[in-house]
This record gives sequence, structure tokens and C-alpha cells, in this order.
Amino acid sequence: MIRTEELLLNVGPQHPSTHGVFRIIVKLDGEVITDATPVMGYLHRGTEKLAENLNYTQIIPYTDRMDYVSAMTNNYVLCHAVETMMGLQIPERAEFLRLIVMELQRVASHLVWWGTYLLDIGAMSPFLYAFRDREIIINLFNELCGARLTYNYMRVGGVKWDAPDGWIDKVSEFIPYMESKLEEYDRLVSGNEIFLARIKGIGVYDAETAVSYGLSGANLRCTGLNWDLRKTEPYSLYDRFAFDVPVGRTGDCYDRYRIRLEEIRQSLRILRQAVEQFPEGGETMGKVPRVIRPPEGEVYVRIESPRGEIGCHIVSKGKAEPYRLKFRRPSFVNLQILPKLLIGETMTNLITILGGIDIVVGEVDC
Amino acid sequence: MGDLLREPLTWGHALIFAAAAILLMGIVLGFVTYAIYFERKVIGWMQLRVGPNRVGPFGLLQTVADVLKLLLKEDTIPRKADRVLFVLAPVLAFVPAFAVLAVIPYTQSLYFADLNVGVLYYVALSGISTLAIVLGGWASNNKYALLGGMRSAAQMISYEVPLVISIVGTVMLSGSMNLRTIVEAQSGGWFWNWHFLPQFIGFGVFMIAAVSELNRTPFDLPEAESELVAGYHVEYSGFRFAFFMLTEYVYVYAIAALTTVLFLGGWHAPAPFLAVVPGLIWFILKFACIVFFLFWLRATFPRVRVDQLMGFGWKVLLPLAIVNVFVTAGYIELFIKH
Repeated sequence: MIRTEELLLNVGPQHPSTHGVFRIIVKLDGEVITDATPVMGYLHRGTEKLAENLNYTQIIPYTDRMDYVSAMTNNYVLCHAVETMMGLQIPERAEFLRLIVMELQRVASHLVWWGTYLLDIGAMSPFLYAFRDREIIINLFNELCGARLTYNYMRVGGVKWDAPDGWIDKVSEFIPYMESKLEEYDRLVSGNEIFLARIKGIGVYDAETAVSYGLSGANLRCTGLNWDLRKTEPYSLYDRFAFDVPVGRTGDCYDRYRIRLEEIRQSLRILRQAVEQFPEGGETMGKVPRVIRPPEGEVYVRIESPRGEIGCHIVSKGKAEPYRLKFRRPSFVNLQILPKLLIGETMTNLITILGGIDIVVGEVDC
Repeated sequence: MGDLLREPLTWGHALIFAAAAILLMGIVLGFVTYAIYFERKVIGWMQLRVGPNRVGPFGLLQTVADVLKLLLKEDTIPRKADRVLFVLAPVLAFVPAFAVLAVIPYTQSLYFADLNVGVLYYVALSGISTLAIVLGGWASNNKYALLGGMRSAAQMISYEVPLVISIVGTVMLSGSMNLRTIVEAQSGGWFWNWHFLPQFIGFGVFMIAAVSELNRTPFDLPEAESELVAGYHVEYSGFRFAFFMLTEYVYVYAIAALTTVLFLGGWHAPAPFLAVVPGLIWFILKFACIVFFLFWLRATFPRVRVDQLMGFGWKVLLPLAIVNVFVTAGYIELFIKH
């Protein structure tokens, strides 16, 4: 007797395209997915619980390890939350340095995404081109704070290290270089028929769905919603700079791809202005008490990380350690739409859609 | 060689044939060794890397070291695998890959078998390798391997049809299925006598279908590493894996040689004044260009999707190949016959 059976396929946690130790259990009917259950937690380290026994400066290295592709923005969201609670004034030079490293980080993060996404689609070379250019940013960071991935650069009240001599010039040299490389990327990849056929019209959702799932970042803007916290709720010095927020129309993987590449361009635009306005001298640390004890109360701040809206909620009882610390991680929230998008798609599109969401498992599991 | 084949078989001749066959196998294995090295170097350079450069001078012994490593590895067969088929599959993949090489003529006199249905022989035997991939995928008892094997079956069957029909045009122009006669039909001194110009549709379809038959980028779906991990050979390791890899590269050799013979004029020089250079050199040059082209593709293209692949095969390539047959027939009827 001939009968058909559904195939239960376990994708991950060891799988080349789940971007780390993420796992999805999919039910396949032929190559068509009928059900998908994401399983997460393989990289859970209990950052939020650990933080309850650490003082605020000690928590900063832990934030590096959440979204390890974009450690600078994680540093910032924690420091920003504590500073908001304590009402601290940040010296302008420190704030400029923070902004420059955050925008460089956004470029680096999108480059990693671009390279690995093309790798998921099956093209190997762009990955190496992206890493060549990211390497320059990593070296800049290395020069600034002595680390290539987990920087531990920002402090409550400022930054740990001032920029060494000539560092700002190197940043300004990088901007035109990266712009020319972006054109190269477009020539190499963005017009490739095979690539376009793979990502156009895949993983479509509308703005209403995106909002109801709490999506943010490029995943939200691809639906046409103009929502970028750097514009809508300016923090740091973003209100001083002119830049555009790219939005999509159709809400598919192609729009997400286009938006992320355009965001690199806009980041370079911000960087160019920031480098020009960079103050000559000044402190890099504000006046901060020796032991950081935010007053009793709660605070929630949110900023725009490369992956979307990263938030930090601190409950303080007036002690040196937080009573409770909670991070709103964009990767975790953005991932929730995945099962909905996967139903009815093929195995190949699973990889395209998952890659398009742009998760970092360190941040999903925290 | 050609004269020897026509003489009656004696013990002396049999010995020469055996020696020649072993020599050819040595050449093919040497080609595979250095094709892998060449591919890694070329792709390395295209990707801003240096490629292998540690084992031996310029890394020339890298593939040798890799093969030794594979030979020394433990021979694992998954417990729930179908043992007989699991062992049989790599052998079944590799035998036809070597068998098809028999009909390739290298020069006027250097060839190993003079079959009147050489094209048919090639197409028929290379089809068997598909079976081996499906068997390997099925016998592994692994879901990824099964998906890879099934994709492979679908892909290779779909692309064999346009491949065969695209050859028909050049067969019609030469009036023979004998590969030597096909090369002879492309003589005339100049490169525009080669079949790739009058048969440009056939040549295009043939190249695309050939890349697909080779399971190489952008058609490497059976082993798509980003979704199926490694596809049909995910459970294979050690020497059995080496056999699958060997098959793949022997087919690169075979397809490059076949393309040279069918469309690029085999051993003929591109211009009469260049005919002083021996035919074998021209053959090797054309052959090397095709091999480079295949490796180049891998550094350039993303992978196509299964449904797009099938759609492209049946809706674009097959009609094009059939149109090519009609156009060629009309051309022969109108211009050549009268």
C-alpha cells in the first residue's frame, strides 16, 4: 500500500545556515514546509540574572556578548539607561566618540549580514569581500579599545579610551573607501538575476502584521513604515545630523536587503558629518560618582541597533547592583514571526527568510 | 593508436591497450588532483585569499595530502543505513565516470575507442551516475541525504533532456554520432567553422545543462551546503566520500573534453597559420578554458532555487533546444543539401 508521509526534519542546532546554535523543527510535505517550530536557548547564559549580582560597570562586558556582531550599541543602551536614571551629563567628545563607533558598528554589522546572507543564498565570494571591508572597521576598533569583537568600550558617563592620534583621520579615510566598495557590491550582487529571483517576493508581510509582532529595524521598515529611533526619538547626538531613513514598499526579503545596504550609505553620511564636527579637545568621562548607585526607581530606554529596537529596562533599589535588568533584544522579537512566514514555503526559502530576518543567536538567547 | 585499433587483436596489442588505458587513468587522476588544486587557487584569488600554499612547493601537494587523509580515515557506515546500497553507491557513481572517457578523441590518431554512436554512449553511461546519487542518498537513511538525492534525481533527469537535444543539432550538422567524425566536420582551418558559432543556441543550452549535470554552482542543489548541509553525501566519509569527489571531477574532465569535441573543433587550430602547433596542444588549451570557466562560475554565482531550476530546465532550455533542432534542420535543408 502506497502512502505519503510527512517528513520531520530537524534543522540545527548544528547547521551551517542557522547562524549559530538555533534550531527549527520543520514538517515537510515533499519540499514544502507545513509546520515549523523554532527551538531556542542553546546559547542562553543568563545575562539578565547574572547582572543582578554585578555592579553597572561589570555588566558592560556581558552586553558585548549578547549581540556580538554589534557590541557597541549594546554597550550604549546599558550606559544610556543608567545615565538617564542618574541624570548624568556626558562630555561632548565622549558622545561624539560613542556616535562614531556606533555608526561604524552599524556598517560592520550590516556587512556581516550582507556577506552571510549571500553565503546562505549560495554565493561564496561576497562573504569574503564583506569581511575584507569589515576588517578595516575592526582594526579601527582595535586601535581604539584593544578588542576586535567584544569591546567593553563605553562606561557610564563617557567612554573608557580617548581616540588615539590620527584615529579620526583614519575614520574619514574609510568613508569614501566604503562608498566605492558599496558600488562594487551593487555591481556584483544587487543586479544578479539568480539572486533577485531568490529573494523577490519571499517572506512577505504587511505593516500591520509587522507591528503586531513587534518587529523593528529593517524588518519593520521594509513594510513601508518610517520608524527609526534615531529619527523618531533622537538619542545621543542624532538630531544634529542629516540622514534619511530608507523604507521599503513590498515587505519582502529584497526590500530588507535594499534597506540594509542603504543604511550603510546613510551611516557613512552620518559618519562624514560627525568626523567634520568632531570636537578638538575635551574630556571623555563626565563627572560620575565613584560607586554608581542610580536612585530608586525604574527606567526604560531604547535605541536603534543594526537589528532593530534594543531596549534596556532597569529596576533600581538605590544599590550598586540593579534589582532587575531586562533587555529587549530585537533578534528575539523579530524571530517570532518566523513560523508564520515559513508555512507553505520550501526548504530553500527557509534559509532565505531566516537569513533575511537577520538574527544573532547570542542576542536571541541572551 | 587509431591504426592499432583496426588491426587484429594480438597479445602484443592487448598489452599496449592495457598500458594505454592505465596511462589514461593516470592522466585523468593527475588531472583531478591538479584540477582541485587549480580550482582552490583560482577561487582563492578571486576571493582575495591565497589558496593552498603549505603542502609542498606552492601547495602543489595539497590534494595528495587530502586524499591520504581521506584514505586513512575510519570507514564509517551508519548503523541504520542500507549497507549493500551504501557501499555500492560510490562505486556505481565512479565506474561510468571513467567509462565515458573511452570515446573522447584527443587528436586525429589518439583515441581509445572509435564508436559510431559515441555521443549516445556518453549520454547513456553518464545517466547511470544519477542512479548512484539517488542510491547514496537513499541508503544513508538520513533526511538531508534523501532530500539531496531526490533533488539530484529531479535535476539530472530534467537537464539530461535539453543536454541530449542540444547535441542533436551538432550531430545533424556533422551527419554522424561518431565523435571523431564530428570533429572532422568542423575542419576548414578557421574557428568559425567550429560548431559553437552555427550552433550558438545549442552551445548555450549545452553549457548550461552541462553545468547542471555536473552539479556545480549555480546548480549545486543536490549538495547545497547552506540548506541541505551536504546533500546526498552527508553520511559518507573517508574513501567513499573521496570516490564521490573523484566522480565529480572526472565528470568535469569528461564534460570539458566533450564540449571541446562537439563545439570547439577538437584538435583543430583556430586559424590556418596556427596549424603548425600540434593538435593535442589546441585540444588541451580549449579543454583548459572550459575547465577554468566551470571554476569561474563557482566564485561568481549564487545558487538557484529548486522550483526555478526545474522551471528553467523545462520551460526555457528544452524549448530552446528543440527550436535549435528545427532551425538546424531548416538550415541543412535550404543551404547545404542543394
